[in-house]
Amino acid sequence: MADVTFTVDGKQITAPAGTLLIEACKTAGIEIPAFCYYPGLSLQAACRMCVVRIEKMPKLQTACTTPVAEGMIVYTETPDIAQARKATLQLLLGNHPLDCPVCDAGGECELQDMTFKYGAADSFYAEPKNHREEQKWSPVVYFDRPRCILCYRCVRMCGEGMDVFALGIQNRGSSSVIAPNVPAHMSPDDLAHVDCEQCGMCIDACPVGALTSGTYRYKTRPWEMNHVATICTHCGDGCKTTLGVRSTSDGSEIVRGDNRDKSGINGDFLCNKGRYAFDFANHEDRITQPLVRQPNGELKPVSWEVALDHVGSKLRALRDTRGGKSIGVIGSNRITNEEAYLLQKFARTVLGTNNIDHHRTADYVSFAQSLAGHTGRTASLNDTLKAPAILLVGGDPTNQSPATAWNLRTDVRLNRARLYVANSEEIKLRRQAKAFVQLAPFGYNAFAAYLAGDNAAAASAASDSNALSAFRDAVKAEENLLILIGSELRGAELKKLIDFGLTIPGAKFALLSDYVNSRGAADMGLLPDMLPGYMPVGSPSDLATEYAVPNEPGLDMLEMFDSAGRGNLSALYIVGSNPVARYGIDPASLKDTFIVVQDMFLTETAALADVVLPAANLYEKSGSVTNSYGDLQQVNKAGDRAGVRSDFEMIVRIADKIGADMRKLVPFGKGLRADMGQSRGAQSGEADRHAVWLTANNLEPRLSPFDAFAILDEIQRLVPGYNILRLQLLSGNDQHLSPVAPTPLVQIGTRRDQVLPANDSLFTSGTLGRFSTMLGDLQQNEAQRLIQIQTAAD
Amino acid sequence: MPTLVSHPDEVKVISRRFGQGAADIEKYLELDGYKAVQRAIAEGPEWIINTMKASGLRGRGGAGFPTGMKWSFVPKVSEKPKYVLVNGDESEPGTCKDHVLFLHDPHSIIEGTMIAGLAIGSRLGFIYLRGEYRYLLKIVEKAVADAYAKGFLGKNIFGSGIDFDIITQTGAGAYEVGEESALMESLEGKRGVPRIKPPFPAVVGLYGGPTVINNAETIANAPHILLMGGEAYAKLGTERNGGTRLFGISGHVERPGVYELPMGYSLRKAIYEVAGGIKDGKKLKAVVPGGSSCPVLTADEIDVGLDFDQMGKAGTMLGSGGIVVLDETVSIVEFALRVISFYQHESCGWCIPCREGTDWIKKTLTRVHAGGGSKKDIDNVQYLAENMMGRTFCPLGDAAAMPTLGFVKKFRKEFEEYIDGKRVDTPLITIDQLVGAH
Repeated sequence: MADVTFTVDGKQITAPAGTLLIEACKTAGIEIPAFCYYPGLSLQAACRMCVVRIEKMPKLQTACTTPVAEGMIVYTETPDIAQARKATLQLLLGNHPLDCPVCDAGGECELQDMTFKYGAADSFYAEPKNHREEQKWSPVVYFDRPRCILCYRCVRMCGEGMDVFALGIQNRGSSSVIAPNVPAHMSPDDLAHVDCEQCGMCIDACPVGALTSGTYRYKTRPWEMNHVATICTHCGDGCKTTLGVRSTSDGSEIVRGDNRDKSGINGDFLCNKGRYAFDFANHEDRITQPLVRQPNGELKPVSWEVALDHVGSKLRALRDTRGGKSIGVIGSNRITNEEAYLLQKFARTVLGTNNIDHHRTADYVSFAQSLAGHTGRTASLNDTLKAPAILLVGGDPTNQSPATAWNLRTDVRLNRARLYVANSEEIKLRRQAKAFVQLAPFGYNAFAAYLAGDNAAAASAASDSNALSAFRDAVKAEENLLILIGSELRGAELKKLIDFGLTIPGAKFALLSDYVNSRGAADMGLLPDMLPGYMPVGSPSDLATEYAVPNEPGLDMLEMFDSAGRGNLSALYIVGSNPVARYGIDPASLKDTFIVVQDMFLTETAALADVVLPAANLYEKSGSVTNSYGDLQQVNKAGDRAGVRSDFEMIVRIADKIGADMRKLVPFGKGLRADMGQSRGAQSGEADRHAVWLTANNLEPRLSPFDAFAILDEIQRLVPGYNILRLQLLSGNDQHLSPVAPTPLVQIGTRRDQVLPANDSLFTSGTLGRFSTMLGDLQQNEAQRLIQIQTAAD
Repeated sequence: MPTLVSHPDEVKVISRRFGQGAADIEKYLELDGYKAVQRAIAEGPEWIINTMKASGLRGRGGAGFPTGMKWSFVPKVSEKPKYVLVNGDESEPGTCKDHVLFLHDPHSIIEGTMIAGLAIGSRLGFIYLRGEYRYLLKIVEKAVADAYAKGFLGKNIFGSGIDFDIITQTGAGAYEVGEESALMESLEGKRGVPRIKPPFPAVVGLYGGPTVINNAETIANAPHILLMGGEAYAKLGTERNGGTRLFGISGHVERPGVYELPMGYSLRKAIYEVAGGIKDGKKLKAVVPGGSSCPVLTADEIDVGLDFDQMGKAGTMLGSGGIVVLDETVSIVEFALRVISFYQHESCGWCIPCREGTDWIKKTLTRVHAGGGSKKDIDNVQYLAENMMGRTFCPLGDAAAMPTLGFVKKFRKEFEEYIDGKRVDTPLITIDQLVGAH
């Protein structure tokens, strides 16, 4: 729309016609207070805090509902406006319990801030306040009813934002109260439970302390925590979560996860896992001492020195006697890029093996190869918020990539994006879809063929051929289509779909996966046949030029276990993975293999190990991760636990014990010369701009082989597609990378089981989920709630 | 059926069929029924709107917006269906005019709805009755069914090739849904809270379609206006206030009831002549002239003409035409409490100033009334009411604040005397009854 110019408090402002006054003012740096207004949700004009004076209008007007107009003259802070706001606050405080000293929101409360600003401190009511008992809506959502100011943000967030509609308003007038929507035959007074996805967005949106989190309530005060912004470890979306950390006797404990400043890739959104499921870090079953199997078969705690010596000497001996190719390495999809890169480098250059793999939750190899020769065709998570049209084939973002689902819903709701959903299940996102076609079970291959023009494939793709045909016509008519692909599609069918997509002008692609660094693990070459950046083993690459790596592709995950079963695998080094449970490996097949496991818990795999090394989790280390879309972000160390070490450090120490050249493995010490004697450090009270500049230009000294950034230098240098803007990364911003394989997909892997989607639900998250008490409670809560409803219906 | 009242000063236009059994369609037809709609079909939309404009008819719900102009705002062409919505959610205390209309002349509302539909090009009308009028619904439903049976409603009405349908609906007992946008929400099956305006209903209304919403009395006037001509109707009233209207006079008068008086008729005459003067020869104390939300007039402020403009000049409103007469025995403290209790109970709770303001005024006045007040309380009540005025989401906040301000400003002395224990008033209703009602 055309721009209009208007005046606010004497300042000329230009904004597109139709912009809401409150937003236009915010952009121009003029803050208009509001409780009920929440960007992107429907307008309420209920709190009356955003009232402003507009010339030629007799009454004060609400800035949240007034579109800007040419020549409009607006005042936002006149005495009558201040009085109106003050009176509104006085009315709110009249019934507010004023229990700020014990309220979770104390110090982070919009009502406190407004009261501070407008000075509505005088009280002239003699009557008692209206009181209602607090309600527990679920293990993670508590509602302290008297604190509620009825801004209806939670109701809209749940309905419009989440498409859940778990909340409503009960009663009217001064008896109005937010209440969970319950089945028609029940009353919210009987069943004050929310039937929802437990995302906690209602708590996030609450401007006061009415809605509080089950994990955090009454634990601490906001100012007693350090707030560390990092990336959630759970799904492939890679949301930013801010962890509130408090010092304890043996490290620092994470007490809260939330979307504190909404500055991350996830915008306003954070799901239940990012918010609550950090508690695995504090689980009582956590291993905090290295364990070594004794001759009597027992795992016994030993010192780090003893354990590492044992691992180093054993691995060196096996490498030197039975050859590197007899050793297997399994990486993780929850370790950092630096760790993944280091692990494959360690395997290839120190152990001398290409037997390296990880639990692949989506087929990124085929994805990268299908896009060989095409640049700029991969989508970032941000694209899901803006794309004019989206084709979602497979996947269930609502349960598996909640931020993606949030973005898609928002895109449809606010930008009227056209969403096309093809799935063999009736996934929830079909409710936002312009067209939904239900595919036959395993119908994705036929569907991809049908899209590409093979009409004969229609019958095996879906039962409703008319819907299918209309669906294809609509999709083919689109431009700038965003094609989101679920992890069900692999190999040839994935390529078929991408080939079809490439015929659509401006189409972009993303392949959805589980866990925070599934994509990074593949990009970093935790693969038997690919070096980092999908460079085929044996073909010329910068990495192969610089380092001696074996030329023959190694064994993949299942081949390694097959080999172990035949007695040919001398050692298995497993970092942050539980293949024995995930792939159903027969423990007996591993009896002749020396197994080293780095993990937080004694998993099914760790229980079989000869050495178990207690590992730090993603929240206890720094580095970078790459989400499903190829968006690179920084993770920052938040929690700390005495006794555990990062996988990075453990790999380095083991390599050291084996006798590897440390300076070759981790190129530390570089950059030091360039800065010799230059950095003077920041003076008190000023930003260390010199250090920022040094960091941004990759000149900061790296003095230790445990510095993950030293490896990042090498990733940047040697991995195609990882041309990182360092300042972006260090500022906490995301950046989209699009590593594309240099060679197209020619050989289609016949073993579909190379890829095994985790198919986590909202309340599970692989091994971590099992050790998250809160996720366990949520599963139980869901089961109990259903029983309650059924019992009441009898 | 309540007894009908009459007075020689009445000018019977809209009430001319009252008491003649016109709820029966045959009787209605005898009394010129369904003639206006046929004329409307013959003359076309432009003629209807021009006639309505010429009549000077202003909305009888209380706001007094010119009806012809409201109809002309509806876009001629619309992608979405257009609707006519009759607001029969008559809930303002002291108001009982639509009630007698539905009771005695339901077909005039049906015919008026059809005329409005023809004027704006709508094919569907809704008649919405307040929840407490459920017993009237039977009458209205029978009238609608009879009209269908005669072929007046449905396909091809009066051979015009035009279809028109009417659906009836009742509310669930909320004053708030008398506000037009809350009414639409309620009709759509949602919680009865008002919508943000603009867009106004004429552009985006019921189910997103352009909608004309008129008070039942307004709509019932349409057939009469089309038959007698706009100018003739206008002449019955005063300048810019065409025609007549129904006034429900209640309280301490000798002959309470609904009277049809020309616009601009003297309030004093309405009380002392039409309604027979103050009951039992007592002295007049105050008058609430147009439903409980209008600022009160004192006994010496009643020399004013009953039309929108004169009442506005007198610092009050014509409102819904519900005139409540209070004699000298009435305690204004108690009356103020009674009024705010209603608005506190009926506040939808959407916006803070109304939800919290009405509650605190009620709490404070309850204490004052019970004898625990201080003079500071009068200031507090005034402060609360002043800070509600013009600040709320919908007019209900003003409706609660305006009378409250009127009471504490015009009768401050009485409040002070009450607080000082210098007054002993006969209670209208005990405080237990009041509290028990909620």
